[in-house]
Amino acid sequence: MLRRMILLLMYAMFFIATNAYSITAEEVKAIAIGDAEVRIAALNKAVVTADANTVYFLQALADDAVKFKGEQVFVVRDGKGFDPVSRAEFAVPADAEDVTNNNRLRGELDSALAALKLFSKDEKIRTAAIKQLQSDADESKLPLIEKAFAAEQNPQIKEQLGLVRAAALLNSTDKTKRLEAAKLLSTSTQANTKTVLLARLAQEPEPDVKSALQKSLREVEAALAWGDRLGAIFSGISLGSILLLVALGLAITYGLMGVINMAHGELMMIGAYATYVVQGLFQKYLPGAFDWYLLAALPVAFMASALMGAALERSVIRFLYGRPLETLLATWGISLMLMQGVRTLFGAQNVGVENPSWMSGGVQVLGNLSLPYNRLVIIGFAIFVLLSVGWLIGKTRLGLFVRGVTQNRAIASCMGVNTARIDTYAFALGSGIAGLAGCALSQVGNVGPDLGQGYIVDSFMVVVLGGVGQLAGTVYAALGLGILNKFLEGWVGAVLAKIAVLVFIIIFIQKRPQGIFAMKGRSAEA
Amino acid sequence: MNSLKSRRFTLKALTAAVALTTLSAVPAFAADTIKVGILHSLSGTMAISETVLKDTVLMAIDEINAKGGVLGKKLEPVVVDPASNWPLFAEKTKQLLTQDKVSVIFGCWTSVSRKSALPVLEELNGLLFYPVQYEGEELSKNVFYTGAAPNQQAIPAVDYLMSKEGGGAKRWVLLGTDYVYPRTTNKILRAYLKSKGVKDTDIDEKYTPFGHSDYQTIVADIKKFSAGGKTAVVSTINGDSNVPFYKELGNAGLKAKDVPVVAFSVGEEELRGVDTKPLVGHLAAWNYFQSIKNPTNTEFIAKWSAYAKAKKLPGADKPLTNDPMEATYIGINMWKQAVEKAKSTDVDKVIAAMAGQTFKAPSGIVSKMDEKNHHLHKSVFIGEVKADGQFNVVWKTPGPVKAKPWSPYIEGNSVKPDEPVKK
Repeated sequence: MLRRMILLLMYAMFFIATNAYSITAEEVKAIAIGDAEVRIAALNKAVVTADANTVYFLQALADDAVKFKGEQVFVVRDGKGFDPVSRAEFAVPADAEDVTNNNRLRGELDSALAALKLFSKDEKIRTAAIKQLQSDADESKLPLIEKAFAAEQNPQIKEQLGLVRAAALLNSTDKTKRLEAAKLLSTSTQANTKTVLLARLAQEPEPDVKSALQKSLREVEAALAWGDRLGAIFSGISLGSILLLVALGLAITYGLMGVINMAHGELMMIGAYATYVVQGLFQKYLPGAFDWYLLAALPVAFMASALMGAALERSVIRFLYGRPLETLLATWGISLMLMQGVRTLFGAQNVGVENPSWMSGGVQVLGNLSLPYNRLVIIGFAIFVLLSVGWLIGKTRLGLFVRGVTQNRAIASCMGVNTARIDTYAFALGSGIAGLAGCALSQVGNVGPDLGQGYIVDSFMVVVLGGVGQLAGTVYAALGLGILNKFLEGWVGAVLAKIAVLVFIIIFIQKRPQGIFAMKGRSAEA
Repeated sequence: MNSLKSRRFTLKALTAAVALTTLSAVPAFAADTIKVGILHSLSGTMAISETVLKDTVLMAIDEINAKGGVLGKKLEPVVVDPASNWPLFAEKTKQLLTQDKVSVIFGCWTSVSRKSALPVLEELNGLLFYPVQYEGEELSKNVFYTGAAPNQQAIPAVDYLMSKEGGGAKRWVLLGTDYVYPRTTNKILRAYLKSKGVKDTDIDEKYTPFGHSDYQTIVADIKKFSAGGKTAVVSTINGDSNVPFYKELGNAGLKAKDVPVVAFSVGEEELRGVDTKPLVGHLAAWNYFQSIKNPTNTEFIAKWSAYAKAKKLPGADKPLTNDPMEATYIGINMWKQAVEKAKSTDVDKVIAAMAGQTFKAPSGIVSKMDEKNHHLHKSVFIGEVKADGQFNVVWKTPGPVKAKPWSPYIEGNSVKPDEPVKK
């Protein structure tokens, strides 16, 4: 809000300095009230002769902050009404109606504002405005674009602006201008350039312009293909990172300890609900720090699931070591109880977990490839958890004990290791990691009592495919399955891809029951 | 001695049992009720949409009972949870009809659940009020369809998107959950689009499993497809998959003014858990929106808010109404009127009395049950998502539209009669 105000002030100063013309009450009325067609025409007319008041008014329109009653139009900011022409404060009548914009009007407003922002002093704003105009520049904005193009000093921005100008010129009636524009556009890496070129190609009568268009189109498509390929790989890695997170905990409880824990999914669900509870607490007591609730949720989710895991191990699982079938049934029963418990506590419906604002949106890498922040954060988080687990198991005393106990319980016990306690710690660690996974899942999917059900099969698949007892195998299997799944999905669709992946795993396990990585040596037989 | 003891015990047990049955029978005589079955998923992937419909029926029952009930009897709700598990819908229907002996059932959301309950309804001559928009291609004597048929939702929505005002879409992505409703709707839409001169290469049909949560590939594909010309997405995604879909859409920066998404199963309730700011301008086609302004709707919203607060329903701090809730509310009130007209809860008599019933609907029209085809006449509204999760109506039909359950865009439908066929 503050930033926007400062921006407005900047425009205001700029336009007051250069332009004596001011928006009139008639223009305001024509833009705000009436038929969409008429409003758009009025808008495009007003943009050419814009001043600070125009920007002020258009920005208010784009923010849905304009009301009207009869013929009177008001701008409403922070509960106060202002006259759009004089900017004098006004009392807004209670029965004033909102000015509503549909998609078409909103698009026109955005491009009008973007065209005006081309004159901003801030290079970032100019770049953003150019990006906006790339998709919807038309001839009505051409005078403004030409003016900005002539005034532009920064060569990089000028080049980008040149492309926008070319896109607008593509529909010019002058053949040489069209030809020049068509040639220039071949260097673009934007997806909407393809749209513009295709649209022009369909109605171009001149053969030489047509061939130039086709040539540019081929080059743009080649540039875009890279974005597509990288995008597919990225989504595969992203899915892989999620699979890795959900499988890592299981890699410890099942892979290392050999407990077939059907309640693993529910431990994730507990982590997700813990995140939800922390979110609620932040909303209530610390609304100012809401964006950082996730950081606080991580240890809470870990502890909630770890404590639940420890309780399970102490009360049920420790009596069932070495009896896989009973463990399977008992943990399955526990999973049903946990689900029902959460249903009673929080209700059967999904609960809403919001993304913190820094996880919304994405970063534009190529013209047609943007990477969402929440996916990037989860990939980073998966790497962090993986490294922590690797360090914990490989380098610490606890890890040494865990490895010792799982490899040879009797000898470890002889050496003075309290094996029962180590079992509990290891199981709690695996459960806690499931809790972390739940926390991450709450950022991309739904949080409900049956959240775990959707992931339990996936996580077993990853662990079994990777090779039981191997952390490295889990990593390869998770990434491999993620990329395979996304590759197949792009090819045959989501429904068939899911089936195909299952078929692949069945065949793979038939041929190689020990998974990608087999345990070698004596511990393999244990 | 031993046998005597046991005989005495049997006698005692018998007396106790008789006493118990008489005791429990007494209140039943005192309050003779009409039982109403409620068959909505309260858990699983569809709970996000269906739970409020259960509460809507309960609210309407409370309201009717407060005014003295129907035919001098109070209504007694029987709530069951089919748990988004389609075969369970058939089982629960059977239980409601044979064990609980309900006079009428309000329920189902997905078409697959309705199809699952249908054979049981027809066999036992039950009565179902189905409150959700669906694909048509069905006309059972035992069902009243208070949601929209394709010509009351899907086709007007596509018409709007093709118009200049709606953006003049030339290419179409038909995206849905993989089951009968999206498949049939998309079949109808494909035929309709072709009749409007859209080529097959400009239509991309995509399906995802129920509960799908990773929409990265699909959103990337839509982005790619849209580079080929002005594209619109018609979404028939059902249930809680909508939340990750819209989240992904927002994160990928796919704006409504570039690629508008019109949804047929997303209303105010489904958007509750979503940050709607990146979604402003995406569309939904329904026969009712909470934002519609008229006295009947104001009253309806007030009633619902009061009920949600009194019962401490989840989300009562921000009470939302939506289209299927309105359809449910119309349905139960029309059923009440029909029972009063027939002076009986007998299924066949009620069905006969339903024809031509009217009710003042919150959408602002007087809703009429068609004399023959068991569907409501409805107005169609197209709304754009606003930043607060409500919809801004940008287009509507001039008046109510009669339902065409047999879409003329599917071959062989032109000869089918516009009323249930007697078996």
